[in-house]
Amino acid sequence: MALELRGITKQFPGVLANDDVNLSVAEGETVALLGENGAGKTTLMNILYGLYTPTSGEVLIDGAPLTLNSPGDAIAAGIGMVHQHFMLVPVFTVAENVILGDEPTKRIGWLDKRRARKTVTEISSRYKLQVDPDAVVEDLPVGVQQRVEIIKVLEREARYVVFDEPTSVLTPTEVEGFFRIVEGLKADGKGIIFISHKLGEALEIADRIVIMRRGKTVAEVRPEDVDETQLAELMVGRPVDLVVHREESNPGDVVLAVEGLTVLDDRLQRAVDDVSFTVRSGEIVGIAGVQGNGQTELVETLTGLRPSLGGTVMLGDADITTESPRAIHNRAIAHVPEDRQESGLILPFSVTENIILDSYHQEPISHGVRMDWDAARKRAERLVEEYDVRTPGIDVLVSTLSGGNQQKVIVAREFDRDVTLVIASQPTRGIDVGSIEYIHSRIVEERDQGAAVLIVSSELDEITALSDRILVMFEGRIAGEFDGSASTTEIGLAMLGSQSEEEAS
Amino acid sequence: MNDAPPPDGGWDDQGYPGWFQRVSGVGSSVGQAVLVPALAVLTALIIGAFIIAITDVDTLRIWGSDPGEAFGLTMSGIFDAYKALFVGSVGSPRAISETLYAATPLILAGLAVAVGFQAGLFNIGVNGQMLIGGMAGLWVGFTFSLPMIIHIPLVVIAAIVFGGMWAAIAGFLKARTGAHEVITTIMLNFIALYLIDYLLKSSWFQEPGRNDPISKPANPSAHFPTLGDYRLNIGFVIALGAVWFVWWLMYRSTIGFEFRAVGFNPSGAKYAGMNVAWIYVAVMAVSGALAGIGGANQILGLEPYRGISNFAGTVGFDAIALALLGRSHPVGVLIAGLLFGALRAGGREMQGAAGIPIDLVLVLQALIIVMIAAPELVRAIYRIKTPEEETGTTISTGWGG
Amino acid sequence: MTTATSTSDVPVRTRATPQERRATGVGIVLIVLGVFVFWAFGLGSEPGADATFNLSLPGATFENITWVVSARWLAFAVAVILAFLGGMILRRSNVRWTNLALAIGLILFALAFLTWAAGGKSFSLVGMLRSTVLLSVPVTLGAMTGLMCERVAVINIAIEGQLLTAAFVGTIVGSAWGIWAGLVGAMLTGALLGAVLAVLAIKFRIDQIIAGVVINIFALGLTSFLARRVLSEAPDLNSPGRFTAFKIPILGDIPVLGPMFFEHNLFVYATFILVIVLHFGLFYTRWGLRSRSVGEHPKAADTVGINVYRTRYRNVILGGFIAGFGGAFFTLAQVSRFEENLTAGIGFIGLAAMIFGRWMPLGVFGAGLVFGFALALQQKLGILGTPIPSEFLSMTPYIVTIIVVAGVVGRARPPAADGKPYIKD
Repeated sequence: MALELRGITKQFPGVLANDDVNLSVAEGETVALLGENGAGKTTLMNILYGLYTPTSGEVLIDGAPLTLNSPGDAIAAGIGMVHQHFMLVPVFTVAENVILGDEPTKRIGWLDKRRARKTVTEISSRYKLQVDPDAVVEDLPVGVQQRVEIIKVLEREARYVVFDEPTSVLTPTEVEGFFRIVEGLKADGKGIIFISHKLGEALEIADRIVIMRRGKTVAEVRPEDVDETQLAELMVGRPVDLVVHREESNPGDVVLAVEGLTVLDDRLQRAVDDVSFTVRSGEIVGIAGVQGNGQTELVETLTGLRPSLGGTVMLGDADITTESPRAIHNRAIAHVPEDRQESGLILPFSVTENIILDSYHQEPISHGVRMDWDAARKRAERLVEEYDVRTPGIDVLVSTLSGGNQQKVIVAREFDRDVTLVIASQPTRGIDVGSIEYIHSRIVEERDQGAAVLIVSSELDEITALSDRILVMFEGRIAGEFDGSASTTEIGLAMLGSQSEEEAS
Repeated sequence: MNDAPPPDGGWDDQGYPGWFQRVSGVGSSVGQAVLVPALAVLTALIIGAFIIAITDVDTLRIWGSDPGEAFGLTMSGIFDAYKALFVGSVGSPRAISETLYAATPLILAGLAVAVGFQAGLFNIGVNGQMLIGGMAGLWVGFTFSLPMIIHIPLVVIAAIVFGGMWAAIAGFLKARTGAHEVITTIMLNFIALYLIDYLLKSSWFQEPGRNDPISKPANPSAHFPTLGDYRLNIGFVIALGAVWFVWWLMYRSTIGFEFRAVGFNPSGAKYAGMNVAWIYVAVMAVSGALAGIGGANQILGLEPYRGISNFAGTVGFDAIALALLGRSHPVGVLIAGLLFGALRAGGREMQGAAGIPIDLVLVLQALIIVMIAAPELVRAIYRIKTPEEETGTTISTGWGG
Repeated sequence: MTTATSTSDVPVRTRATPQERRATGVGIVLIVLGVFVFWAFGLGSEPGADATFNLSLPGATFENITWVVSARWLAFAVAVILAFLGGMILRRSNVRWTNLALAIGLILFALAFLTWAAGGKSFSLVGMLRSTVLLSVPVTLGAMTGLMCERVAVINIAIEGQLLTAAFVGTIVGSAWGIWAGLVGAMLTGALLGAVLAVLAIKFRIDQIIAGVVINIFALGLTSFLARRVLSEAPDLNSPGRFTAFKIPILGDIPVLGPMFFEHNLFVYATFILVIVLHFGLFYTRWGLRSRSVGEHPKAADTVGINVYRTRYRNVILGGFIAGFGGAFFTLAQVSRFEENLTAGIGFIGLAAMIFGRWMPLGVFGAGLVFGFALALQQKLGILGTPIPSEFLSMTPYIVTIIVVAGVVGRARPPAADGKPYIKD
């Protein structure tokens, strides 16, 4: 009784995403699929789910080959997928999302809402996935939204469930809850594939671990036989130093002082609620917390992109609470935004144009209204060299660069002046390990040169690796403060806040 | 955010722009930029011939009884029509002057739309801006009597200011309330139309003794000087100057850098410290200013130098086609403007000599745009290979707010 | 060092939220309007000038119902109410009532304006209300077309072109083969143009606004060309019949409401039915759920097996049928011949109505009535002979549209995937 992917190869124009991949899952077994970004895991799963067709190879259940031309075929074959970015319609209710595509109807297509509700409550109580069928999905916390995704999959009676990076949006407590759900599914005889780049979790929950690198399956191990460092090495292909080398910090004067800051989000709810903290020169303060607890709005306010409702932000002696983004930038504050493609870069512009994005209006890049493209190109050439940006030239459109190199362009741009404060939001999200190492070392370098650094990241490992001091944000408030050497468990507990509904599972 | 590894080897066709792109800012090679529009024009002419044929009501009646005769008549009808088109546009110095003369307002209006497009804004209100700018220029034209060398620049300045202001209303509404400029500019078109009618019947503007909406004539010192006894006038020179100015603005100035940044990614522009809201207003103002000059040209570059109802005609809508055809680049707009000017001049001859209503030109224009806006369509017809970067032209991102 | 959390007991004086700032603006606007009404309509009316509003049509079952009111005193009363509403909104605690107060204020302003304009004369109010409903029909139908398309995330700017071309085809086919054939022809034309838009936007992924503008230019050019080339040669192809109005028994006899809603032609009744059908369809049927999912989150719909492309094609073409129906209204009910640019921007006003009605059928119907009112006002005031020049009256619907779009848009949420082509890898 097994699901098998045999000899799967997938060729895209210019890219061989999957190269003769073999993977199998038995019913009642949990297999973890590990690999870096770009290793081919998501492509493989998309083939399994009928979103792509393989160039060669086949998918078999119990020895019989399947034709998977659409998600409908996969669902019919008993394969269910819980996506990393949830496939839920935000404005629909839980019940509407669960029945979408498989609606119970009366005559002429009239929706049977009562039956839909009943289905949801049945599955919810059977697998202990607490949800309210009439709640609107966009109002629900992320952990609950994930439960809705799982219920969707179970409603169609999946025998095999694929989870794509399921824990990237969960707090440590929610992760525990998630593991228990997985165990429940296993006990029910479901076969589970669990895609992740989180080595520790794979070791904890999987029966078997399969590692992919550059489109090939390079290893298959059992968790009891390996540790994290060995897994990392298998994933990347070379010995990896998981620890960031940094010396003790020597904090100086207070550079950034936030006092009683309150900020509304786009839905006019309090995203940041009466928050106060300081950052000193020569120290790295990390703000930990799962996305959606106000970190985004906090950073936007600090950088002048969002108005605050109350409170103050002081930079040294200056009150910058209501200053414009440009004015704040001119005060030697570097900002690495969390969404590099949307906010940090202009993709259809060249590398040069992106490098001068913050300085185009100043000498020497422009003289009054007139642009000096020679000066711009000189700067671009210098920075590309200095920050090791892998690009065939400075006139290439920045959209053709890989994520890591795009991020380096942003970092180069922001760090290329004397900086007193660095604000970096999710600085290494979605980029390759090599670039991660580079960017981390650059951030530490800035600190050592006397800058005050504020890092916001939902990757707890990144926070503990870099920070001299750690703050935890939960529901818009600072829920805990720790020294840089605190353990992950301690910090995870601080993320508890008032999570009464999560504890029910 | 899935991160595909960069393609192995061969960066060459992957967005590495050559000299043409760096100078012009266009995202494809010279060949590509010319081939598709040229084929589009050709296809449009073919379809146009078909339309001429099937709407020739008299000849249609003959098909039933004498197909041979009817076929001959149809063919000669098409031939006469297109011959007139050719002769009327480039067949003589006078024809060429007519082409350039017709191209002038089109180029100016096309530049107006193109500037908007580059910044991600749809300025459909060029018509209204031409009317308002033109009226302002007219007023300066008949109120003062100054040496021409002062009077004409004054007229142009008035047109720029008022055309720019009218357009800036839409820009301001977008900046402040998020109101989509497609709707607001179209509404402003209608409002401008009625406003002009009112003014033309009012004592400030109306020719004394007339009851219909027609204005006093502009003083001779404000008439745009013409070339010999052709209709071609200094407006064309101004248009050329505008082309150079827009090129300099968009690719050599900090302002143009901001316009283009906002057009490609307003969020990224905001993060870079640009004041996106005010940039919208500035873009519309520049756009309206260009349109305003076009409007002034329609009155002061043409007998009898008076304002009449809706003197801008359909130029505003043609301008959209021009901007698309020229890929929003000033040089492209210039070439497209000359092309459409040729169609106009030739179209008049076509109407006069061959009896084909000039609206056919509108149809031809629309067909050309459809094919320009859908390069895939042209490629599909002619089986041309696609360059990698063409995945569709996307400027809009919904209703804003 | 730091204070990690601070719970201050002293309430921090906060800056204004966007809601509060808007409320302040609205409050000031209301007060200014109140002053204006007092001065222009109150003091501006002759003492003793009474407006006589006819509330029934001649020949109706309940005849001769009139309402006589002093223009002056009504204006004064309205001015006071407006000032009160404005002042009320300026208090922060009443921010919630902003929209309601604004709506009431605008209605009262319109009433005061009408009363002033009708001072000393007799004016058929019921006739005006009836025109409101009649003239709202093309706007509402255009808005419904836009709604059908945008609910599956396709922006349709081409409504104007669809209406115009359908009107044109309607008149030709209607002249040749009768009004029902004309109606069918018009609807097919609208659907055809809808299909063109769908192909351009979905298959070729052209920017949807460009595609719409292009179709509009094409429609205007083609219909004008053909009107001159063909219709002027053959005028008998430009005189179709008309769908005449008929009264619904019993309901049509109710005073005021009867003639307003139940004494119309086929198009009006069909619009009522369409609004209801679409409302239930979108929110209570499987078709509606799937369509809306495609508009909000096409990837999610795709992953549960819904064919996003097919859904979009289908809905855009259905919308096209509605546009065709709307186009037929112009030449087969309203006027009975085609003229160049007959639709005069109604398609775009329809888009504004769609946004105003927040992409919901019932809301769109209400919005359509507002615009119908503006259009009716333009007509009737011309007859009344007010000191306002006719050109400014003609501007009314367009100014109203701008106000609506500027005042409402930022606060309304279109379907989430609106305007974005769906690329299935």
